[in-house]
Amino acid sequence: MPSNLQSAETQAVGLHRWVWPALAAPGLTWLLLLFIVPFYAVLAVAMGDLDPIFLKPVPEWNPLRWDVSAFGDVLSDLFGGQLGTIALRTLAYVVSACAVCVVVGYPVAYFVARKVVRHKGLWLLGLLAPFWINYLMRMLAWVNLLGSDGLVNKIITSLGGAPVDWLSGRHSTVILGLAYGYIPFFVLPLYAALDRIDPAVMEAARDLGASPGQAFRRVTLPLSKQGVLAGLVLIMLPMFGDYYTPNLLSGSPRTRMIGNQIDQFINQTSSQGGRGAALTLILMVLVAVFMLYYLFNIARVTEEARE
Amino acid sequence: MTVRGAISNPWGRPRLLRLVTLAYIVWSMVPVLIAVQFSFNAGRSRSTWQGFSLRWYLTDAASVARDESLTLALAQSIRLAVLTMLIATPIGVAMAIGLARWRGPGARPAGFLMLVPLVTPEIVMGVALFLVFANLYDFVRFGTPAQLLGHVTFSISFVVIIVRGRLFAIGRDYEEAAMDLGASPREAIRRVLLPLLSPAIMASFAIVFAISIDDFVISQFLAGGADSITIPVRLYAGARLAPPPSLNALASILLLATLCSVSAAGLVLRRYSNRERDGRGALDSLTRLDV
Repeated sequence: MPSNLQSAETQAVGLHRWVWPALAAPGLTWLLLLFIVPFYAVLAVAMGDLDPIFLKPVPEWNPLRWDVSAFGDVLSDLFGGQLGTIALRTLAYVVSACAVCVVVGYPVAYFVARKVVRHKGLWLLGLLAPFWINYLMRMLAWVNLLGSDGLVNKIITSLGGAPVDWLSGRHSTVILGLAYGYIPFFVLPLYAALDRIDPAVMEAARDLGASPGQAFRRVTLPLSKQGVLAGLVLIMLPMFGDYYTPNLLSGSPRTRMIGNQIDQFINQTSSQGGRGAALTLILMVLVAVFMLYYLFNIARVTEEARE
Repeated sequence: MTVRGAISNPWGRPRLLRLVTLAYIVWSMVPVLIAVQFSFNAGRSRSTWQGFSLRWYLTDAASVARDESLTLALAQSIRLAVLTMLIATPIGVAMAIGLARWRGPGARPAGFLMLVPLVTPEIVMGVALFLVFANLYDFVRFGTPAQLLGHVTFSISFVVIIVRGRLFAIGRDYEEAAMDLGASPREAIRRVLLPLLSPAIMASFAIVFAISIDDFVISQFLAGGADSITIPVRLYAGARLAPPPSLNALASILLLATLCSVSAAGLVLRRYSNRERDGRGALDSLTRLDV
């Protein structure tokens, strides 16, 4: 009898082993074919050739025959060419927009997480709502407001000022647009991190003689550092690849970002496909640090939840 | 009350913080609300209010109902979102169950692969899918087929994240009890695990619908002809050309569709997390705050 039981159990365990990977298989196959293979295609196009007649990039699937000349072109353009200016501008935009997000977003997240006593759900809804309003619609709203006959210019002229051309090549418009677009994604992880801090820790700091300012600087601020980092990573990843915000809010070469260059290489001039692919790979390498930070964080939390 | 107030609020009344937060919410909401308001304008202006009317939704020649480019965009967005939801959710649910219970040597890399799409910038994924459909899978037509494959690819991981949160909460006890009582693994999954997961599955349907209908970059990179332009792509194409308020009307319809599906997901998730006194799980999975 006991031996029977045992064999039934081993059978069940044997079935388990087979069942779980089988359930994951369709999803894994999908990601293999439509996520991993596409990345190989980017490599193959970046290392490939240009068809001299049709002026179309020809991918090279065999790594032994890879030609790195497209990379050479892009890299030399990046160090000392026009692309270098675009990359530096992208960096400056992202850093400025992130600074706006921290300065505006921290007090907001802090207030809702730590200071609101009544109607917390309502305040939270205020933070959550823009998260689910389409990005393009939020930009469209600003195009409406900032247009030459938009509300903003109407207010300025009614006060006696001269109308401002907000939407052609202004760095400040693009930076504020980026900040406006991505700040909800920064505020929410920060809110979660601040909300997780045990109020008892703050009370302890106060009981031990810290002034409110000291308690904030030496307890709350360090404890919320992870949340700030997570929020920044979350908004930097899409910002570095953004092309629609500068296109909608300025549309001028003066505000061109790396994303605009990729969009142009891939979508508008097919002969530049190889360069577009190479630039995409370079962008990926540049943001790889943020991707890995985020990835390892989620993986760690998952392992903890699984235990 | 005063003691509780003093403990939760040791800095006195944070008037300034409250003001900043209110200003932030106004700043984030008012431009959008104005855009919605002018979709109901009786005139052609998007900055001077000329009375309430539904002409930009229904009757004008340039309205959502009568301008073909707007009607097609609405239809394409809904078609893509529904199909993506129907394909990505089952694949993602199966993958979540598999990854949560699988303890073999391949489990860790598989879990890692599932996470990578979540952290990949959309433009990178857009370029990669564009190039693979142009050069390798050239039997896939740009337009609906390519867009659908792309949308499912970025949606699967969201489903896995939502469902596995619930799986970890349930634990393995129920399905093991079912198998001890003689159920095969298949029966245990179908008759015990899936009913327990149903709130998370419902929420996944709604969230996938929302992220698919909201997507811009992948839809644009993989678009084919005029019949594969989605609402966000149409907004992008039309925003700078001094469009009539019907573009605002189209955006408002998109807003309504997204908010409905997200509230549905929120309600379902809240109902079961309240029961378990854990509100954070729902918020986390809704906002990808798993960090």
